[in-house]
Amino acid sequence: MNAPVSSPTEFRTHADPMDTQAPAPTGLSLLGWGRWAWRRLITMRTALILLLLLALAAIPGSLFPQRTSDPLAVNAYFEANPSLAPVLDALAMFDVYGSAWFSAIYLLLFISLVGCVLPRTRLHWRALRAGPPEPPKNLSRIEHVQIEAAEPDAALGAVANRLKKGRWRVKSGDGWVSAEKGVSRETGNEIFHLGLLVVLIAIAWGALAGWNGNVVIREGNGFSNTVSQYDTFTAGRFADLEAAPAFSLDLDDFAVDFDRSETQRGTPLNFDATVTTTVPGETPVTQQLGVNEPVEVDGTKVFLIGHGYAPRVVVKDSEGQVRFDDSVVFLPRDPEFTSTGVVKVPDITPQLGLRGLFLPTAAVFEETGPISTFPAPDDPGLFVSAFTGDLGLDAGEPQSIFTLDSENMQQIGLESMRVGDTWELPDNAGSVEFAGYDRWISVKVAHDPGGLWALIAIGVALLGLTASLFIRRRRIWVVADEESVIVAGAARGENQDMEPEVSALAEHLAQSHRPTSKGGIQ
Amino acid sequence: MSDQQSLAEVSNLLIYGSMLVLFIATFGFAAAFSARRTRTVDLRATDSAEIPELANAGAERTAVGGDTGARGSKVPAAFAGVGDTHAEPDSDRLPPGRRAGNIAIALSWLGFVLLFAGVATRGVWAERAPWGNMYEFSISSALAVLGVYLVVSIFRDVRWLGLFVIPAVLLTLGLAVTVLYTEAAQLVPALQSYWLVIHVSAAIICGGAFTVAGALAALYLISDRADRPGKGAISRGVVSFGQRLPDAQTLDRLSYKLIAFAFPLWTFAVVAGAIWAESAWGRYWGWDPKETWAFITWVIFAGYLHARTTAGWKGRKAAILAIVGLAAYVFNYFGVNLLFPGLHSYSGV
Ligand code: HEM
Repeated sequence: MNAPVSSPTEFRTHADPMDTQAPAPTGLSLLGWGRWAWRRLITMRTALILLLLLALAAIPGSLFPQRTSDPLAVNAYFEANPSLAPVLDALAMFDVYGSAWFSAIYLLLFISLVGCVLPRTRLHWRALRAGPPEPPKNLSRIEHVQIEAAEPDAALGAVANRLKKGRWRVKSGDGWVSAEKGVSRETGNEIFHLGLLVVLIAIAWGALAGWNGNVVIREGNGFSNTVSQYDTFTAGRFADLEAAPAFSLDLDDFAVDFDRSETQRGTPLNFDATVTTTVPGETPVTQQLGVNEPVEVDGTKVFLIGHGYAPRVVVKDSEGQVRFDDSVVFLPRDPEFTSTGVVKVPDITPQLGLRGLFLPTAAVFEETGPISTFPAPDDPGLFVSAFTGDLGLDAGEPQSIFTLDSENMQQIGLESMRVGDTWELPDNAGSVEFAGYDRWISVKVAHDPGGLWALIAIGVALLGLTASLFIRRRRIWVVADEESVIVAGAARGENQDMEPEVSALAEHLAQSHRPTSKGGIQ
Repeated sequence: MSDQQSLAEVSNLLIYGSMLVLFIATFGFAAAFSARRTRTVDLRATDSAEIPELANAGAERTAVGGDTGARGSKVPAAFAGVGDTHAEPDSDRLPPGRRAGNIAIALSWLGFVLLFAGVATRGVWAERAPWGNMYEFSISSALAVLGVYLVVSIFRDVRWLGLFVIPAVLLTLGLAVTVLYTEAAQLVPALQSYWLVIHVSAAIICGGAFTVAGALAALYLISDRADRPGKGAISRGVVSFGQRLPDAQTLDRLSYKLIAFAFPLWTFAVVAGAIWAESAWGRYWGWDPKETWAFITWVIFAGYLHARTTAGWKGRKAAILAIVGLAAYVFNYFGVNLLFPGLHSYSGV
């Protein structure tokens, strides 16, 4: 027999190394140990254990905050558990999915997968070309029917034709016919496993060749797609930033609906951003940007991921000269959008800094002080404290736009304002007007060249998986001697019941080749 | 608003009605189960899972009988005994307690229709797919478990299984109407997507299949144990309970079938979730606790499928994996929604 199977009824396309558990080599031959380790790695049992380990290893990442998704929570964890946190950190518990041990498990699993599936694929390919295997020696051990037939050879010929018509792969020899169906079960299984490999590669490629940046845009403003314009930007090692599409995006208008019902008061119901994207040389396009509605420009996607308020402040010097007139991004601190921020006015002497609290619906309580009670701007209020002195901007060190370094400044006063109010600063330092507010959105701009490939690969893998789970692979043998024919069959997988197929074929044979009906071949 | 309010009341009434009907059905299933004849057990303590597959398939066939025509399956002597002991002559053909079982199945269908109407009315009331909070997920999940069980009952005689599935459905509904109940509310923007319908419906159907499969796996462990009283001490109660169950192999196969159906669907649900996450949050995978546990569930069930084809793992260990996989699914649903913060926190409780 040339088909590489251990037994025609067992459907192995290769000998599972675990079946003949190779003894560990004695002696110190590195090659021997290497080969032994490799053969153990590529067994089903190792794959299974690695799978279970992978499941186990993924758990801590859901129990502890992760730096990648929530760095603030990690900091909070460190503050709350000062002695435990460093230990956990040393075990990479705040970075589970990038950790060495997590990577080790899935890399081993995929190496094992390659080591297992590639040889299987080769053997399967060979088996496919060799056609169905010859009948096993002892058909009586499997589902079979023996019938009398007058002209066994003619019966065999007819059977082969019938099977071929039924889309079986048929091979015949002297006194026998072998047929097989459902080989795509195995093909599907291999496509599935290789597909998973491609998914992993595509994801890795996406991380290496992709980039993304975050940027905050106020109403009436915009940004253009260059690295320097992003607030934060990350790029993979092989990212080709030169090839990033040149475009700019302006936020024309942004509106939010908040739920005012009792059950979930304050939950946002709808975000509606109108943006205009301009690609050089083309007419600008105005469209909606929403959650679940990213805007796409040339393979780069713009996602809406956050929003907030930017109070508009006008600062005049003691002469009444306007020294600052702009809206300033404040960061929301709670679901009611109590927001904090800083206004820096370097073009005035002495320099002026404002620390502010913007409250879309302002209220003052004994215990909490001023806070917002609803996220919509029903009754906006601005609480500011003013500092004069040196803002420290000339030191050359980059400063956060959200913090005020008040070391070389002194506080000169505190004021609560409503829209339209003007506060005359003490010491003749000028005036501050709360002129209104803009909204801002934060967007993520991302280019992921791997995503689409991963999706295609997983789609193909899913088809393969379905084939591998639902297609029955089965074989039928018809063996003739002088006056009788044996029809036998075997199947692999869950439904091994060959009785219907075997007896249907036998019945057909018996009817058309009964000894009495001589020459009754259809 | 009063029209709206009455819709809500109709939905609640339908759900209470279905609980009542299912409660009564439970007694029917209990009667059907306790009337089942016990199997005779092979005291030689053969591990049914270790029997070579092909030989066993043949053996079973002879034992069950009912052959017609010129068939002549020859069973090797070594396996003949095993086949005989696993046979349940006629026990599934005219089982006692059949009437109670039939009534219980009919009541379950009624309960299903009522529950379906209850979930649908809830959706009409909320003017969206009824999957916005844990109350709605729970009633839909209960519907899915019941639905999977009833679909199986079309193809198989599973009256004995009702006693284990229906109480799980009732428990879920009970939790939903008492602890988790919330008024319908609009969805947050991230949930306003047709992906919600695709992703969640796939996931909930999987949940139904995993639950019934997990119950079968647990029963498999008991049935298998009862068949081998020689191994270690177990109480007579377990043995006599286990011997009322179908044989271990039947349970194992049915459990596998459901998981084989659900695993690709779960893969699809996870992928659909990733696509959705990308459009809502700008990244398709972020190891959010919900995503993490979906992944864990997926890996465990992949492990289960492997275990069934791995020497030393098929049988009991595979069944335990099916139960662990279900546990991961359920934890993802209750545990993660209630314990962990994350983008997916919209439990509404
Ligand atoms: C790394 C080494 C791996 C090996 C040696 C391996 C081997 C195999 C083999 C031989 C089968 C065929 C079982 C059968 O036809 O019934 C199989 C099935 C399967 N494998 Fe893997 N596999 C590996 C990795 C994986 C991975 C990483 C996954 C992903 C989770 C996976 C998922 C599956 C699934 C779902 C099946 C079920 C198909 C079926 O039952 O026919 N495998 N695997």
